Amino acid sequence: MSQVSMTVNGKVRKANVDPRVLLVYFLRDQLRLTGTHIGCDTSQCGACTVMLDGRSAKSCTIFAVQADGSEITTIEGLAADGQLHPLQQGFWEEHGLQCGFCTPGMIMAAVTLLKDNPSPTEREIREGITGNFCRCTGYQHIVNAIQHAATNRGAGAPGLSKR
Amino acid sequence: MAVSPVLPKLVGERVKRREDPRLIQGRATYVDDIELVGMQCIAFKRSDVAHARIRSIDTRAAQAMDGVEAVFTGAQIAELLAPMPIGTPFPSPDHRAVAVDTVRFSGEPVAVVVARDRFVARDAVDAIVVSYDPLPAVVDVELAMTGKPTVIHPAFPNNLAVALVPAGTGVSADGKVDDSKVDEAFARADVVISQRMVNQRLAPTTMEPRGVVAHYEPGKGTMTIWSSTQNPHILRTFIAALTGLGENQVRAIAPEVGGGFGAKINIYGEEYVTAAVSKRLGIPVKWTEDRSEAFVATTHGRDIVGYVDLAAKRDGTVLGLKLRLIADIGAYNMLLTAAIPTLTQLMANANYKIPAVRATLTEVFTNKTPTDAYRGAGRPEATYFVERAMDMLARELKMDPAELRRKNFIEPNQFPFATQTGAVYDSGDYEKALDRALKVAQWDRLKAERDKARAEGRLVGLGLSMYVEVCGLGPSSALPTGGWEHSQVTIERDGRISATTGASPHGQGNETTFAQMLADQFGVPLEHITILHGDTGVVKQGIGTFGSRSQAVGGTAVHMAGSKVKAKMAKFAAALLEAHEDDIVFENGTISVKGAPASGKPFASVAAFAYRPVPLPEGLEPGLSDEAFFEPGNNTYPFGCHISMVEIDRKTGEPTLLKLVAVDDAGNLINPLIVEGQIHGGLAQGIGQAMVEEVVYNEDGQLVTGSFMDYAIPRAIDLPRFELDATVTPTPVNPLGAKGVGEAGTLGATPSVVSAAVDALSEFGVKHIDMMLRPEKLWRIIQGGRS
Repeated sequence: MSQVSMTVNGKVRKANVDPRVLLVYFLRDQLRLTGTHIGCDTSQCGACTVMLDGRSAKSCTIFAVQADGSEITTIEGLAADGQLHPLQQGFWEEHGLQCGFCTPGMIMAAVTLLKDNPSPTEREIREGITGNFCRCTGYQHIVNAIQHAATNRGAGAPGLSKR
Repeated sequence: MAVSPVLPKLVGERVKRREDPRLIQGRATYVDDIELVGMQCIAFKRSDVAHARIRSIDTRAAQAMDGVEAVFTGAQIAELLAPMPIGTPFPSPDHRAVAVDTVRFSGEPVAVVVARDRFVARDAVDAIVVSYDPLPAVVDVELAMTGKPTVIHPAFPNNLAVALVPAGTGVSADGKVDDSKVDEAFARADVVISQRMVNQRLAPTTMEPRGVVAHYEPGKGTMTIWSSTQNPHILRTFIAALTGLGENQVRAIAPEVGGGFGAKINIYGEEYVTAAVSKRLGIPVKWTEDRSEAFVATTHGRDIVGYVDLAAKRDGTVLGLKLRLIADIGAYNMLLTAAIPTLTQLMANANYKIPAVRATLTEVFTNKTPTDAYRGAGRPEATYFVERAMDMLARELKMDPAELRRKNFIEPNQFPFATQTGAVYDSGDYEKALDRALKVAQWDRLKAERDKARAEGRLVGLGLSMYVEVCGLGPSSALPTGGWEHSQVTIERDGRISATTGASPHGQGNETTFAQMLADQFGVPLEHITILHGDTGVVKQGIGTFGSRSQAVGGTAVHMAGSKVKAKMAKFAAALLEAHEDDIVFENGTISVKGAPASGKPFASVAAFAYRPVPLPEGLEPGLSDEAFFEPGNNTYPFGCHISMVEIDRKTGEPTLLKLVAVDDAGNLINPLIVEGQIHGGLAQGIGQAMVEEVVYNEDGQLVTGSFMDYAIPRAIDLPRFELDATVTPTPVNPLGAKGVGEAGTLGATPSVVSAAVDALSEFGVKHIDMMLRPEKLWRIIQGGRS
């Protein structure tokens, strides 16, 4: 067992973990943050995407011990003070989800996409979420949702404007 | 009295989903999120060979590991569980949830571990040693039909699961076949198109893999089972039957379910085993499927070879169709496996008044993962075979593909239309959908664009496909479970409305659409309505969600139950308002007498009166709750037209879908926003089949495409922005006029994309290309054309 300490959704979490435990299992099983999902075992689908030190990362690609000392934001920590993040709002307004399983990872990937490129074209959005699979929506409403967030960020957008 | 705010009518509006707040904040509960005190985890040891006798299984090392609660071999599970039941009337070989002495596909379970957590369970699985005596792997379906290289199930000679079941013209109810009309049609044809086509095997690939939690409580003798399923009530029935409990002792819950696409209709071995192990050990247990496991353990879809012969006159009039279908169903019959290809037969008439149709079906066992329903389930295969053949006919006759279709359509005044294959199409106006699609796509301009691109040396093609599908399943005669759906609507004491539905959603948005209907029906705000689903402890009866039936069947049951409660509420209101019940009006949160809105009572106060009716109006019982079972008199038959434009890179063979126009007619729409989402998702899967998806086995029966490294599902970058439009032809089958839309996208998109690719490569003389449109395959055609 190794001891780790990380800041998750603004709170310090110390725990003993088996060195082979992936970050996604640590978040889900030990911290009970089950909004981060596991959709594959080859790091393709992106359902497990979280923010790791300010960048989107697939939490199935690293061990929990490698995230020692890191700052992590999961989907549960994205809304601030009860106000939805513009991307969450965008996904709701534009019907950017159906079964919802890929949604947390899709949103967390889009956070970095908009951070790097605040006004992406449709092509840039499609390229930007290529590491995240959705089987329900055909992606069109997801593209609309991210466009919606890009247009409306700032309007109650603490998560985006701060970083 | 204050004037009530005017509530807008919600049916037909783009209401945003009520499901979303929990989903976009990570607050939803999927099966793997469930944690129970004392719960242990299950993992399966799976066969790594396609076909073999099990010589021995050594579980000693696994059992000795710290944290391992129990290990069960197939023989031990067989003591707990009867063979797996199926839901079709076809004969079926013995199928155990865990193999006993022979494995018949790579990935078939051979042992079960129960352990402290998923990691220990996996370690223990790896410590189990299985020795096999290999048998020849049956992989090629057309070879398998001759009994080669071996026979998988001795009771099924030549591996024939279902042998040559005919349907169509001249087939009588007792199975007698008279070929004279079909033969005559072909004899007088000017042109006959003949083509072997492969509708390849696909992996449904829900983003949430499957999962089960079972909790048997020995003191109570009750079982609660959570499963990522499309139909908890059917799960309850089968779990009760196989664990020896009554249905009233089993509670089945479908919590948040991360997609289904038909693959979560089945009641799988893992569900039976998890329940049986919980019952045996008296503890809660969980099984969560890995993605790698999902590729071998969750049913596949499609995999039908079609020999298509289409006979026509020189003017394009279609005279006859012969469709010989060979379905590779894998190693076993699952719940609906054998029935799925019969839907391909049923829909062979397509959108056309083909006067002579013969559709013949053979289903064949191979050493592969079993097939079953996958979005569209038999209908995309029919559409593909017929529409590709129509496209080839148009090319042969040098006719515009749209005009060839137009010439052969069933006409609007011919509905209800009894097809040669036994379907009765409810309503339709195919020419209207075609014309709308041609207009939206600007067909003539597209043709000019294509020709211009070709003049520049580019390989650009256009494809058009019609479709008609069978949805809103269906009359009880058509389904072993019964084909109705159920709802109970309750007006609570405070005027809030609870409605249950047996249609168990996994992305379809029933919590929104059904609430829209009830809001209009009762004249109350959407926020005052709660839709309950997915729990047999809450939803008294139900069938489930498949075959695009949620709205058409489930929605109608909600509407009917609502009507019953509304009628009773009107009687209470009539007593309060001293009026006749027929004059009672529900609107804007108020119940009033027609023509006298100011006299009205708040909706909630009438509800309160119904629960404390003093005095009780004569002939009424207290309370406001009633239920309805809706039994549809027929299926529904939505239709549409999809148009594609494809460009193929002359140097690399890589295809790009430049444009996709979809005009769909699903009858009346409750929420067009949700309908668009359903169509988009279906299109992506239909395009995926045409362009990037294919389950591949090698000659040893090993799955080559066993992860997302090897099996492609469409990514955002692979798809264009879809252009959608609709025509509206209501169905007379239900009072909503709604037909169903969940599968539409998988019907028309696939042949339209392939036809566009064939058109793009027409300069090389190619007439047909089997899916998927692998760049290498297209490159070879281009190279061959040059040489």
